[in-house]
Parts: sequence; structure tokens; C-alpha cells
Amino acid sequence: MELSLDAKDTAFRDEVREFFSTGVPDSWRDRVRAGLRLSPDELTGYQQRLAARGWGAPTWPVEYGGTGWTPTQLCVFWSEAARADAPHQFHQGLELIGPIIFSYGSPEQKDYYLPRIIQAQDWWCQGYSEPGAGSDLASLRARADRDGDDYVLNGQKTWTSYAHVASQVFLLARTSHEARRQQGISLILAPMDTPGFRINPIATMDEKYHTNELFMDNARVPVANRVGDEGRGWEYGKVLLDRERMVAAANVIFLGQIVRGITDAARRRKIRGRALADDPGFAAKLAQFTVELTTLQAMVLRLLDDMTRGADSGPRGSMVKLRWSQLYQAGTALWVEALGPEAAQFAALDGATLPADMPAALQGALYARVTSIYGGSSEIQHNIIARRALGL
Amino acid sequence: MELTFNSEQIMLADSVGRYGLDKWPAINRHKLLAGEQDGFRERWREMAELGWTLLPIAEDDGGLGGSAVDVMALAEGLGRHLIAVPYVTSCVLVPALIGGVPGGEDLLGALGEGKAFAAAGVLEAEGGGDPAWVTTRAEKVGGAWQLTGIKEHVEDGGCADAFVVSARVEGEAGDAEGIGLFLVDRAALGDGVARFRAVDGHLHARLTLQGTPALALGEPGQALPRIVAALDRAICAHLAEATGSMEAATAATVEYLKTREQFGQRIGSFQALQHRAVDMTVACEEARAITWHATLSLDAAPGSRQRAVSAGKVRVGQSGVYVAQQAVQLHGGVGFCEELIVSHHLRRQMMLDMAMGGQGHHLSRVAQLSV
Repeated sequence: MELSLDAKDTAFRDEVREFFSTGVPDSWRDRVRAGLRLSPDELTGYQQRLAARGWGAPTWPVEYGGTGWTPTQLCVFWSEAARADAPHQFHQGLELIGPIIFSYGSPEQKDYYLPRIIQAQDWWCQGYSEPGAGSDLASLRARADRDGDDYVLNGQKTWTSYAHVASQVFLLARTSHEARRQQGISLILAPMDTPGFRINPIATMDEKYHTNELFMDNARVPVANRVGDEGRGWEYGKVLLDRERMVAAANVIFLGQIVRGITDAARRRKIRGRALADDPGFAAKLAQFTVELTTLQAMVLRLLDDMTRGADSGPRGSMVKLRWSQLYQAGTALWVEALGPEAAQFAALDGATLPADMPAALQGALYARVTSIYGGSSEIQHNIIARRALGL
Repeated sequence: MELTFNSEQIMLADSVGRYGLDKWPAINRHKLLAGEQDGFRERWREMAELGWTLLPIAEDDGGLGGSAVDVMALAEGLGRHLIAVPYVTSCVLVPALIGGVPGGEDLLGALGEGKAFAAAGVLEAEGGGDPAWVTTRAEKVGGAWQLTGIKEHVEDGGCADAFVVSARVEGEAGDAEGIGLFLVDRAALGDGVARFRAVDGHLHARLTLQGTPALALGEPGQALPRIVAALDRAICAHLAEATGSMEAATAATVEYLKTREQFGQRIGSFQALQHRAVDMTVACEEARAITWHATLSLDAAPGSRQRAVSAGKVRVGQSGVYVAQQAVQLHGGVGFCEELIVSHHLRRQMMLDMAMGGQGHHLSRVAQLSV
């Protein structure tokens, strides 16, 4: 993404570029370009390296150990990371629970949890969805019953991504039954080694282990692990509405990496003696993709401009999430098309070898299908925009 | 990184908005356009009095030296109210072609005062949007230039008093070198001007030049970069116009969804229609965002500028036509009628998509510049 920068931001860009000129192994490149998460070990090492530089929490205020960067600096940082084929940091601690803790948590919670997120001492997972509560999250049924100084947790969570890696979970559970379904829900933090927790992996079509079911059977956690007031957990999710535009913005900037994956594959593949990249039909498709990506990046610049001015973006964060998932799907599909029929060679057997971007490209294409489902499905995003922007 | 109008631009946009509501209400539009030149020349005088015709002209050329973003604020209002005047050709494209060039001073003065219209014949039929494809020839006969060739489609040429035309002094069609810009008076063309009305009320022309006398604007030969840059600038004004029109069509549609009842309920309560309205709104946001990106790229290096402008041309063309089609669709039968404004938006969007190089040309330009 091209940015017009003043002298100060240009100096910052050079500093960031210098940082990313090393420490980004080639082995990351194709997975990162395909939008696939690196392994937990790799992401933990990356987070520690950023933390050592003081850049562990780019979007957080300085008082909580963040960088306090301006939106322009954030954009520069993400663009430079993307340019170097470095990944986006793992978001569940940094973007999902961290901001809730620094907005609503107790002083003790802030002091304990926030540095551990920045230093990658904790890996967080999210216990929100349940088998009967997906898009309709307010119908959740997990219970947290008060017993002395503890809550006793019972119920089942699902789509608990990275529960098998996580040391901590933040979860929503009912602490009382109220007339409005959104009331009586509390936000609780729990160590993953809490007795009574059990996880069960969920196999997914991209053949990557991301996600799990989490069963809670009389699991006890101290009441002090509740964030904010009892019964008001639903409201604390609202801080995420403001944060989601940052996640959406970063996702779009990192999506720029995929163009290099597609282009490399299209230059490598020869059709009747000519590189696929030089085929007018393919070139037009790739140009269409880049036009839509440039447009989406311009939408992100508008979000960043809003943030700079402290202005509300309304539902434009939802629009960016919607378009990002569509373009991520389109981009990985184009990459697979560039690879041609050999893209069918997903897993090498008996010591056979695959091109460097396989299976990343195809795995990315499969993984991309879930991005229009998670984090508020495209249909839910449509509902949000219809309500918030159009008053329908 | 500033992507919002400043207070002066907001005032300008408000002023265009008020003028549009006052002078170009949907109900009078047909009468105004049916009156062809007279009604609309009257409107043009009013717009000149407001200073709009001077806005894009450089201060050195006697204009107000407005920025591309100033023009964007104005052009959005033209689109929102479907003000069917040749503003972008006469006040943006032509001044960008001839500004600061010896020989263009008188015309620039007349354009700025709103006393003349001018159009540009810088794209030829077989060029597919590429301004280097110039087959029209310029020859010096007895110390004066004469032009021979055909300019099949001159945008807004139907009401022009003067034409700025590209012609070749050497080389072949497609060569970057050897192109000059020439000023041709309407009277010198005689019956070489064929006029056409478009579905959006604009008046176009086909020029047949047969040894037609012309004045060289600058030394002929190296005009291509200036032509490309002028087209890019005019395209950005069109993008803003399209964005304004898209937002107006969407707003009208959302309003209709909230009032029209069928099956005993407001049709806006149907999720299928809500989601369509959201897709229209997202398309509007895409158009607005890429219009800013393209407009702010106008002073960048030529490669970056052309890529940004072409990306805008492609995406706004696609999203503009989509939005206007859906506006007609969601209005149902009345959307198809002349009486309602929504179909006028569709017709304008279709014409904007074609003007100054269509999607195919601009997509190719993106592809070439991305390699």
C-alpha cells in the first residue's frame, strides 16, 4: 500500500524496514502469503522478538506497555511487515482480550495479564460460541454459578481456536437469568489447566489443526477472575466494535502479500511456451483482483483517517471485514488457478517433493472459506450494516 | 493522510447541493434537457457566476487554482443532482490540456467566464481508450496548420464552441512521439460536426476534419504526456461525479424500502432487500475510497498516478453501474419509468463507465503497470 509520508514517518518507516530486514525466515514466506497462521512456536518467537524491540503491542496505549503509535505509524508498521513477508501477530490476546482488560479490568488484572500478553507468556483462546449459540451469541447457555469465592463453570464451548495451545481462556457464561438475554452474562478469565476443562479437537477441511470443543464440568475459578461487573459481560464486547476496525485494517494490509504469491506462480507456470502471467486472460483477472484490493486498501486508509481524527467509522469496519474475506477467497482461488492441475498434489508421499508454495496456496484457499463465517459471518455483517448504516 | 473535505470544500459541496436542489430538481430535469441549449446555457451562466467554471483553472491562467479535491467536492454534487452540463470536459479536461500553453489564453479566459464551451478530441475510435492512437494528421500549409482525420466521439462536443484536438505531425498510430494539440474553432469545421444526444442528456459530436485550419498549442510533437495527465485529471472528476450519483441513487432506494409496502409490510423489512441495499452501500464506500486514492495520486509520478486512476476507473465503473441497476431493480416497475430519477442515475452511470476509456482499457493499463 502506498502512503504519502512526512519526514518523521519516513524515518519511522526506515527504522521498521531495517527491523524486518532480518529475522524473517524464508520458510515463513508461502504460508504467510497464503494467509495461513504460522505454528504457535514460530508466532511466539516472533512476538518475543517484537516485544524485545518494544513493539509487542502496536495498537495499545503506552501506559499498558503498547507503542502508542499513530494510525499512520500502525499502517507503516503493518505495511513493512507485509512487505517483508512477516506475519500479522496472533490477535486473540492482543486484540480481543487485552483491550477489554485494559478498559474494564481491575488493577491487579491489568498488572498480571497485560505484560504476559506482550511477552507471549500467555496464549489466549476465546470461549464465546456454543453449539446452540453461533451467530446468535446471546443465546449462550454455559453457566457460572457462584459458590463462595469461586464460580463453578458448566457447559460446552465450541470453535475454541487454539485451545490446544492456549494457557488461558476468556469466556462468556451466565451468572444469572434475566428477562433480556444479553443481561446476566459475565466475562471470566480461566487458566486452561483448570480441573474440569476438557478439549476435543475439531477436524476442519483445510487439514490444519486450529479449533476445538471445550467442555467445562464443575470447573472452579476464583470470582476475582471476572472482568468488570457481574452480569455485564455482553457490554464489554462493545469495545471490540471499535477494535475490530484495527483487526480488519491489519488483515487487509497483510492481504497485499498474496499478490506476490499469485504473481510468482503465474510467472513460473508455462502454457505453450509462454508464462501464464503474460496470458491476457489471466493478466486481466489478476488486474481485476489488484483493482479490488487497491480499493479495499483505500477503504482502510479511510478507517485510519477516522482513527487519527478520533471519528466514528460507523459500520465501515464491517464493510472492510466483508470485503476482506471475499478478496482473500478470490486471491487464494487465483493462486490455485495459477498453479494449475499440479495444485491437486496436496500432500507429498514417500519423500516426493512439492513446489515451495504447495500446499500453502491450496490450504489457504480452503482456510479462506471460514473467514466469511467467523468473526460475524458475511450475512451477520450485512445485518449490522443494514441496521447501523441504513436504519432498515 | 487526510481523506476528508476541509471547511471550504464542505461549503463548496453544500453550495452545489443547494444549487442542485433549487435548479435541477428531478421534476424539471426533463424540461431543462428538452430545451437543449437554451435552458442549459442559462444554468451555465448561473454556475459561472458562482465561480465554478473558474475553479479548476490555474491562477497563472487567470483561474481560481482549485485543487483536485476542490473539484472532487464540486463534481460529487453534479453527480448527486444529475446536473447534466459539460463541466468535466469544458472546465477540467480542456483547461488541463491547454493551461499554461501559448495559444490557449483566449479560450481559457472564455471558459473561465462561462462564455464558451470547449470539448477535447483526444481519443480515436480504434485506440480503445489509448490517446497515443492518433491517426489524424497535421500538416503545415503555407505557414498554417491544417488537420485531416476523424474524431468519432468527442465527449460533450455537441455544444462546444471550440475543440482541442490531437493530431500527428510524424510517426504512426500508437507512437508516443509526434503528437500535437491543436485548437479548432467550431466555425472552421462547417458541416464537419455531427451532433448526437446521449441517454443522459449530454450532447456529443463526431468531427470530420478535412484540411481544417487549426492553431497549434505549443510546439507539436511531445503532447502525449500532457494528454494522458489531463485525461487522468478529468477521469478523477468523473469518479467523484459517479460517487455522488451512486450515493443519491442508494439514498433514494433506502428511502423507498422504508416507505413502500407489499404483503402488508414495508419491503425494507425483507432481509433479501436489506442485504441488497447493503451491497449497494458497500459499493458506494468502495467508490468513495478509490476516488480519494485516485484523486490524491494526481500529483504522483506518472506510473503511480496512472495505476491509481485506472484502478478507480475500473472499480467505480463496475460499482456505479451495479448500484444504479439495483436502484432500478429495488424500485420495481416505477424504477423503469422516465418519471423517477433512479433510471436517470443508471443512464448517467452507463455513460460515465464508457467515457474516457472503458473498463477494458483501464484494466489493461493496471495490468501493464503492475508487472
